[in-house]
Amino acid sequence: MDNIAGQNQGSKLAVNITVIILVLLWLLPTIGLFVSSFRDRDQISNSGWWQAPLAVDLNFRTRVAADGAREENGTFVLEGNVFADPALASNFPDATGTIAAYGTRAVAPGEFAAGEVSELRAGGTVVVNSDGSYRIETAEALDRGPTLYFEARTPPKFTLANYRTVLFADGMDRAFINTLTVTIPATIIPILIAAFAAYALAWMDFPGRGLLIAAVVGLLVVPLQLALVPLLSLHTNIGIGQSFLGIWLAHTGFGLPLAVYLLRNYMVGLPRDIIESAKVDGATDFQIFVRIILPLSFPALASFAIFQFLWTWNDLLVAKVFLPSGAESQVMTVKIADDLLGSRGGDWGILATAAFVSIAVPLVVFFTMQRYLVRGLLAGSVK
Amino acid sequence: MSPVFQGILTIIIGVGGCVGYFYFSNMLLDKVIFPARGPNTGRNINRANQVRPWLFLFPAMFALGLYLAYPVVGSFWRSLFDRSGANFIGLGNYVDLFSEGTFRTAVMNNLLWVLFVPAMATFLGLLVAQLTDRLSWGNIAKSLIFMPMAISFVGASLIWKFVYSANPDIGIINSIRDAMGLAVLDPLQVRFWNNFFLMFILVWIQTGFAMVILSAALRGIPEETIEAAIIDGANAFQVFFKIKVPQIMGTIVVVWTTITILVLKVFDIVYTMTGGNFGTHILPSYMMTYMFRDDGRATAVAFVIMLLVLPVMIWNIRQARNEMR
Repeated sequence: MDNIAGQNQGSKLAVNITVIILVLLWLLPTIGLFVSSFRDRDQISNSGWWQAPLAVDLNFRTRVAADGAREENGTFVLEGNVFADPALASNFPDATGTIAAYGTRAVAPGEFAAGEVSELRAGGTVVVNSDGSYRIETAEALDRGPTLYFEARTPPKFTLANYRTVLFADGMDRAFINTLTVTIPATIIPILIAAFAAYALAWMDFPGRGLLIAAVVGLLVVPLQLALVPLLSLHTNIGIGQSFLGIWLAHTGFGLPLAVYLLRNYMVGLPRDIIESAKVDGATDFQIFVRIILPLSFPALASFAIFQFLWTWNDLLVAKVFLPSGAESQVMTVKIADDLLGSRGGDWGILATAAFVSIAVPLVVFFTMQRYLVRGLLAGSVK
Repeated sequence: MSPVFQGILTIIIGVGGCVGYFYFSNMLLDKVIFPARGPNTGRNINRANQVRPWLFLFPAMFALGLYLAYPVVGSFWRSLFDRSGANFIGLGNYVDLFSEGTFRTAVMNNLLWVLFVPAMATFLGLLVAQLTDRLSWGNIAKSLIFMPMAISFVGASLIWKFVYSANPDIGIINSIRDAMGLAVLDPLQVRFWNNFFLMFILVWIQTGFAMVILSAALRGIPEETIEAAIIDGANAFQVFFKIKVPQIMGTIVVVWTTITILVLKVFDIVYTMTGGNFGTHILPSYMMTYMFRDDGRATAVAFVIMLLVLPVMIWNIRQARNEMR
């Protein structure tokens, strides 16, 4: 009804524009990551991802072979085309291109404009034209050809090479499987345990029920950090140590308060009549729980499952502490934060691809199950 | 044994074990300990029903007690000992911490995080919820702003490296500065303000959460109140601030406290973006510098975090008790 009064076209436009700006601001960084993951590594470091569809000026080098020299009026002349270098074939497949600038020293690869004649350090002159043809004139025969540097426009290049490296060569495949191995049991087990407890807290009468619910609400906010040291030493003492079993147990414990809280809030809202008539018909609590409560609570179970899945998949802290640090048990977040950021800190293509691989599964889960996630959030917070 | 196989086995044993525990313990109770037949049928059924809640609760209570309640005491106890764990040094770890400059910086930064992130995320969430409510494509906009919720803090940090990077060919901020003719600078090395750049990553993640909840709360406001205000001549701003916001104040507080608690747990962003350098440490990341090296110090830092959470915890419990009455 607030669209009826106090609304005009102007403010509607303003609202539209504001929301568009906000959405763009929220989306742009992720798009940047996505685009970068498909770009060629030289192009990434030479132009921003927002320029990905444009051609890029890249620097190349080529060594001129000295043996092709011929003598012309007392000077030795070397002629050829820089694009003919077989080492550059991957960038210039048809051996043609456009040169913007060239140079003869590595520190100044674009010192001279194409077509401009310049001095060689070893004596003589050189000129590189914009079509790539060069002409070197020297007084004496060279025993070593000079190295030419040039800046050439390369067409935008998109590749799957980053994905190939990340998935098959960098150990990310192993990390992916490890993440799955951590996530699935750590999602299923707490749901089961919490569902029974939530039913007891919602529909069974016993002394101390209120106190227990208050305790669960209190434990909801206990910082994870407190648990790290005592539990790791406990795990070590009872022989679990740093292992998958340990991290499953830890995730189960840490996820339980939210699970119990969410499921209890949902189960309390189920209609009393159904449960009472089932009791009158002689159903035991176990039967009521399995036959009536569980099927009816499906939305809440699903929403907690999504939460727990996202949380365990995205977790870095628990994995760092409760899993051994070797490559064979690293999960993806640890792999990226500790391994790739260190060893491949400058390789933006690999980093972007690794990050994208690690967020792809949660994003799919998120977009397909969003309805349940929202419902679960609301059950937990809006009274 | 490959971890995949081990994982499947755990699922089967874990799930089967849980189901088996619940099923057989109930059977045992009903058929063997207090059988519903013989001379004491009535009394036995009553007794069984008194025991049953504890059967349902036991695994959850055990796990909660071991993984969350015990560590509060265990951590505090450990924090009273030195690095080796053999010598009792009382509050020595705490005294040492407070005399350390980095620790004080971490506490100050953490306070900034606790103030700024929840405030900003709640404000932006409320703004987006209100604005998208009237739009035809509002649901798509909401879905896109909600999306970062699914992204890990590590992933989000990498995403934002493409914004903050000092290389003008990678980072958007520096490419804009470059285009405007300003000198390139590394935003993450600008003292004090770099904290806010890091905080914004968490705001980016949490705004969607605030938006979803506040949007539902806005829709739950009775329409009569808004109609009455409009008839009385209130403009859009007055309707929003004087009619809508007061009615959803309870929800705003819940969102605010939920994000506050989260802020006190997040160490990933600082860890991946700066590693705590350039004066950006917060308590969770500072704790990790002691983890595996000095358990006494690490638990002391963890306990300081616990003290910061305590007010929120007490408030939450009181709130929950009020609701149950």
